[in-house]
Amino acid sequence: MRSARQTLTGWGRFTYARCDAARPERFAEAEAGFTATDNISLYGAGRSYGDSALNTGGTSLITTRLDRILAFNPETGIVQVEPGIDFRRLLAVFLPRGWLAPVTPGTGFATIGGAVAHDVHGKNHETDGTFGQHVTELDLLRPDGTTSTITPADDLFRATVGGAGLTGFITRIAFRLKRVPGGQLQVRDHRLRDLDHFLAVMEANATASYAVGWIDATATGARLGRGILETAEPIESPAAQPAERARAIPFDFPAIALNPLSVAAFNELYYRRVPAAGRTRTAPWRRFLHPLDAIHGWNRIYGKRGFAQFQCVVPFDTGPAALRALLEVIAAAHQASFLAVLKRTGPGRAGYLSFPLPGYTLALDFPRTAGLDALHARLCAITADAGGRVYLAKDSLLDPASFRRMYPDFPAFAAVRAAADPDRRIRTDMATRLRLQDPA
Amino acid sequence: MSAQTWLILGASSAIARALARQAAAAGADIILAGRDQADLSRTASDLSIAYGITATTRDFDATDTAAHVAFAASLAGVSGVLNIALLFGIMPDQAAMDADPALALDCIATNLTGAISILHGLAPVLESRRSGTLIGFGSVAGDRGRLKNYIYGASKSALHTYLAGLRNRLGRAGVHVLTVKPGFVDTALTFGLPGLFLVATPDAVARAVLAAAARRRDIIYVPFFWRPIMTIIGAIPERAFKRLSI
Repeated sequence: MRSARQTLTGWGRFTYARCDAARPERFAEAEAGFTATDNISLYGAGRSYGDSALNTGGTSLITTRLDRILAFNPETGIVQVEPGIDFRRLLAVFLPRGWLAPVTPGTGFATIGGAVAHDVHGKNHETDGTFGQHVTELDLLRPDGTTSTITPADDLFRATVGGAGLTGFITRIAFRLKRVPGGQLQVRDHRLRDLDHFLAVMEANATASYAVGWIDATATGARLGRGILETAEPIESPAAQPAERARAIPFDFPAIALNPLSVAAFNELYYRRVPAAGRTRTAPWRRFLHPLDAIHGWNRIYGKRGFAQFQCVVPFDTGPAALRALLEVIAAAHQASFLAVLKRTGPGRAGYLSFPLPGYTLALDFPRTAGLDALHARLCAITADAGGRVYLAKDSLLDPASFRRMYPDFPAFAAVRAAADPDRRIRTDMATRLRLQDPA
Repeated sequence: MSAQTWLILGASSAIARALARQAAAAGADIILAGRDQADLSRTASDLSIAYGITATTRDFDATDTAAHVAFAASLAGVSGVLNIALLFGIMPDQAAMDADPALALDCIATNLTGAISILHGLAPVLESRRSGTLIGFGSVAGDRGRLKNYIYGASKSALHTYLAGLRNRLGRAGVHVLTVKPGFVDTALTFGLPGLFLVATPDAVARAVLAAAARRRDIIYVPFFWRPIMTIIGAIPERAFKRLSI
């Protein structure tokens, strides 16, 4: 497997890893290369925000050229794919036939291999659970060169789904697509004046097929927690999606572009866009599921310094107070964040290290500034005290002790992982930072 | 329009895969030819599932020239219009070839001898069918011998000359020959190489090539801006060029 010295980064461009990168195009080359290499990580499309796929000083195997559909059963809807295929291509191929990925993350550029490794959720977690819950079978190439076919009944499956790529190389994924009646959804926009209003309307719409909220993290006082909730139902409609009119951010914005004033102005406009009484509209799947994909390279808005994303989930009972505390800390810190998302999550999870629990999940971006570490530590403390956790797919800053508080199933993961890769031939910067390969 | 089939020689490469997907999306059947049958069958599954066409694989080795005439003859049963894209090629490191002349001969054996062997075997097949398009992938590296890449460049330069003659010959039988000269493309051939610029994606190259084939262009540079770049590079007097280290 040919490799070259390269610098890889996560979507937040928070840390950069110098490594030997290889991007095999033939499956046999990938298989042989993975087995022959010590100190290796698997890297997909680079859409995880932090360091979960990075491997400073080691090798990273980039999977994006292993992107083929291997089988499809139109009776059951079960599709089998290589790990490097992304959600965009799946949608382009299967939506015209009335099938859709059962769970989709916020970007269609993410790979299916990555979706398994982080057991991703979408705007339908309460109704449809995580991606891993729709996986029927995985082929896992272990560092010793053996391939196991694993199913949800196996402990190794529970360690691999959500396992951040630390049990082996996921070489084949079989999962169930879901039937949809057409190419469009009917979307209801609700304008919500404060946090109590937000939580109440989310609860009233808990059975909606899809729901996602945008929250104004700059609002304070009586407006704290104001925002927009989108709820949506698939409708019978033509499958065709409008042509993509993607714009690209051509350069890194200067640091000054994002400041408390510009973000507050943006948020005010974004909030006023929806009338107070709400509105109803239709939207094509692609735009509803992947709104940010229309702006290629949007991470450059944060400039060269990069940004950290903080996504936590807090349980329903402690959630309202915790959300209020989080939002107060964020607003007081004047850390610009215009992409703040609030959703409800249900009990669905497929792995030991899966993120969701029944509660509220809040996600925000923070530009990398001097006060970020202290701010992040406060947010983590509030989250952990509430019995919540931080999402590894987004994380760059969590510490090993907080991680262990947040992930009570870690000992089970650690035992299965140790059996799968006893010599720790797989390495990632996240595993090193959070000591994910320690006994527990 | 009658049914189209694309035979792709060297079908494991990224450009080949992109070309196969786009031709299949337009409704053509695909024959994937190459050495790694296990990998080609994965691509064939992908094409037939995603685009609802028939995709098959064939064993083909550019350097096994003794088998080429039989390979060409085996295409007699293809119905409709048979189109061919020749994409195989190797690009060993120039310094490695300087140190080991056998490697230089491998490069010539695949890129030039292998290409002429299979195309010369296929030419009568195409002539008798009196239709179809043949796309040969050369390279901007074939336009001028450079210090960094002149064995590979020589193989492609000779291929350009061969394709020009073949275009003249097959044109008389109603078969169109397109010579493609790609610049830097983001493939396994170039991954991680230093000093690359203006790198194109395999998808963009495939799109430009199929559009040029439909318009029956003779020679194209992809992306298009490599034509003026190569015009400038071609205009540098040899007296000065021989001192450059590009």
